[in-house]
Amino acid sequence: MWGGGKLGSSGGWFLRVLGPGGRNTKAVRPLISSVYVKNQLSWILQIKPGVFNEYRTMWFKSYRTTFSCLNRIKSFRYRWARLYSTSQTTVDSGEVKTFLALAHKWWDEQGIYAPLHSMNDLRVPFIRDNLLKTIPNHQPGKPLFGMKILDVGCGGGLLTEPLGRLGASVIGIDPVDENIKTAQCHKSFDPVLDKRIEYRVCSLEEIVEETAETFDAVVASEVVEHVIDLETFLQCCCQVLKPSGSLFITTINKTQLSYALGIVFSEQIAAIVPKGTHTWEKFVSPETLESILESNGLSVQTVVGMLYNPFSGYWHWSENTSLNYAAHAVKSGVQEHPMSAEFAFKGEAEELQANACTNPAVHEELKK
Amino acid sequence: VRSQGPPLSSFGVLASRATSDPSRPRRQRYDIHFHDKKILLLEAGPKKVLEKLSETYSNRVSSISPGSATLLSSFGAWDHICNMRYRAFRRMQVWDACSEALIMFDKDNLDDMGYIVENDVIMHALTKQLEAVSDRVTVLYRSKAIRYTWPCPFPMADSSPWVHITLGDGSTFQTKLLIGADGHNSGVRQAAGIQNVSWNYDQSAVVATLHLSEATENNVAWQRFLPSGPIALLPLSDTLSSLVWSTSHEHAAQLVSMDEEKFVDAVNSAFWSDADHTDFIDTAGAMLQYAVGLLKPTKVSARQLPPSVARVDAKSRVLFPLGLGHAAEYVRPRVALIGDAAHRVHPLAGQGVNMGFGDISSLAHHLSTAAFNGKDLGSMSHLTGYETERQRHNTALLAATDLLKRLYSTSAAPLVLRRWEQIMAFASK
Repeated sequence: MWGGGKLGSSGGWFLRVLGPGGRNTKAVRPLISSVYVKNQLSWILQIKPGVFNEYRTMWFKSYRTTFSCLNRIKSFRYRWARLYSTSQTTVDSGEVKTFLALAHKWWDEQGIYAPLHSMNDLRVPFIRDNLLKTIPNHQPGKPLFGMKILDVGCGGGLLTEPLGRLGASVIGIDPVDENIKTAQCHKSFDPVLDKRIEYRVCSLEEIVEETAETFDAVVASEVVEHVIDLETFLQCCCQVLKPSGSLFITTINKTQLSYALGIVFSEQIAAIVPKGTHTWEKFVSPETLESILESNGLSVQTVVGMLYNPFSGYWHWSENTSLNYAAHAVKSGVQEHPMSAEFAFKGEAEELQANACTNPAVHEELKK
Repeated sequence: VRSQGPPLSSFGVLASRATSDPSRPRRQRYDIHFHDKKILLLEAGPKKVLEKLSETYSNRVSSISPGSATLLSSFGAWDHICNMRYRAFRRMQVWDACSEALIMFDKDNLDDMGYIVENDVIMHALTKQLEAVSDRVTVLYRSKAIRYTWPCPFPMADSSPWVHITLGDGSTFQTKLLIGADGHNSGVRQAAGIQNVSWNYDQSAVVATLHLSEATENNVAWQRFLPSGPIALLPLSDTLSSLVWSTSHEHAAQLVSMDEEKFVDAVNSAFWSDADHTDFIDTAGAMLQYAVGLLKPTKVSARQLPPSVARVDAKSRVLFPLGLGHAAEYVRPRVALIGDAAHRVHPLAGQGVNMGFGDISSLAHHLSTAAFNGKDLGSMSHLTGYETERQRHNTALLAATDLLKRLYSTSAAPLVLRRWEQIMAFASK
């Protein structure tokens, strides 16, 4: 009994390592759980067949993009290894180093960050228009007044400042100290922006607890292709969102085309993007993103492609999402979503674990 | 007294467009996207308060195109003009002194082609509207900027990224966008070091207010191309017209200083005389006109006779020199040029102020979109959009006007025939 209790407790430990929230459809965890869990948690085994089916579907979907299925296996192994570490961060220290070197170049509109400056022509209206749908009467001149927005991986504040100008209260976070310094300095000249924007040097996980359910919108633009643990990252995004809050993501798809154009051409040939900025393996396909978002209680509203014309320096919306794309997801407002089922899941597991713990105590008692 | 002025978030255009929101039928006096922007207007002259409209017409008038009238009405200035005075014209007759080749411009449904408005009236209407938005726009009269400090091309840690302006009285302001609307000798343009392509025409324009011999409907604008330059009669009222006569410097000086009677004779003869005709051109012209009339029997319509002038308003004769100017760049980081600061044109086509109003319309549109996108108003990305749009339009118009001016500055027969062909080609479109 005690042995069973131990396994039960280790099963409980396992669930906690997963992080808060996040019942997910990926086959990875349930597969591992079948190794750890014994009969006491047999209801997990019951959901296994369904999970396997989902895994197969996902596999077929990703088969379309030749490289990504291979990488799914690679990343599966990677995640296996990761699960054994107790690190909770999604920040990649290698990425931090890359951005540190370019920290003072953010605000040169014709410099290396020019494509990001001109991307504002797409992403600001995208965020603004989707948020305006939720505001019944907006103030003239300050359409986003009253909105609290979190800009994750804000860099030098290229996207944070326009959102602040539109009237929102924005918190911009970035793990690179120099980036925040640059952003802080730049906004300090404008007294209006200075009041509306706050910058902090930290990662998303560090502020999840204190800022749970406080933001009307979370923006992760050109960030998810730089994080280590996408699942955890998106879970955290969801946690800090108010119910019915919006999550905006722009990132790069994982396709042959994005390798050819996004890495080989952009970085190595034309130097549109500094070398080493992106790692193709970390690119995220819209399907992957959608599945993780949906499994975390975020309903995907829009996925739309973006195309950069290096000759004109302008971005355009496109139906083709094989290079860059933008996504808008909304957190469910009601609690009877898979989210609550997962809470019950966790709750029961903890209950069982508690029972398992008390049982030996009772047993001891009885023995006495 | 040296004082640090309050930091202003932007130095913007005084003329803003109405909102296009259909649920708001009442005209806005300003664009809602500029709602929380602060605007400062530096005016070198004194505040022009017109308590009562004077009975005598001013000799400086402008031909306002329908597009410009739409812009002015979008923020309520046109209503003030309508309450004062203006004259609509429905037709324009343009003809050549040497050949009698003629174009008649009019709109098919006899809509107004344009409006002749005194400059003072326009200024007063604008001043009134500025007062109406004084919570948003601050106007400093009799103020002149003596020094501009431009932002660094590269964003540097401690230097302000904005434009700093020092006024004559020592006060300073900082702004995100400086708009130079200070005429063809623009101080802003010179201080920014923007190259200006310019030359002086060897011509001056004489303006005057003329009384017609008899009252007429007076809704036609007349322009005749003399060898010395074009002479134009623009309707002001049933009995009054405004004269704009571009001619050589010497002739202009003579016209301004001669007796009123002699002046009136000169004007009448300029419109009526056949002195520059040659038989050859007359016959050739008549034959070709007949031939074209067989093929395209429209538009080369009945020639109307211009009115004759009885007298000129005392002290209304003034002359000013003419030239062409075009700035090589309309924009720099945090700087934009509009109106005569960007381009200066010969008055023969009546386009000068309309090009300026077009600049305003375009810049306001670009800034409004930028503001709605949360952009820094001084950012080059949308300023270059304004520049491209307007340079394309203005360069074509400037070149055409300059070409017309040169073509009509000669009485050599072959060239006269060429311009006659040009007119016929134009008329047949």
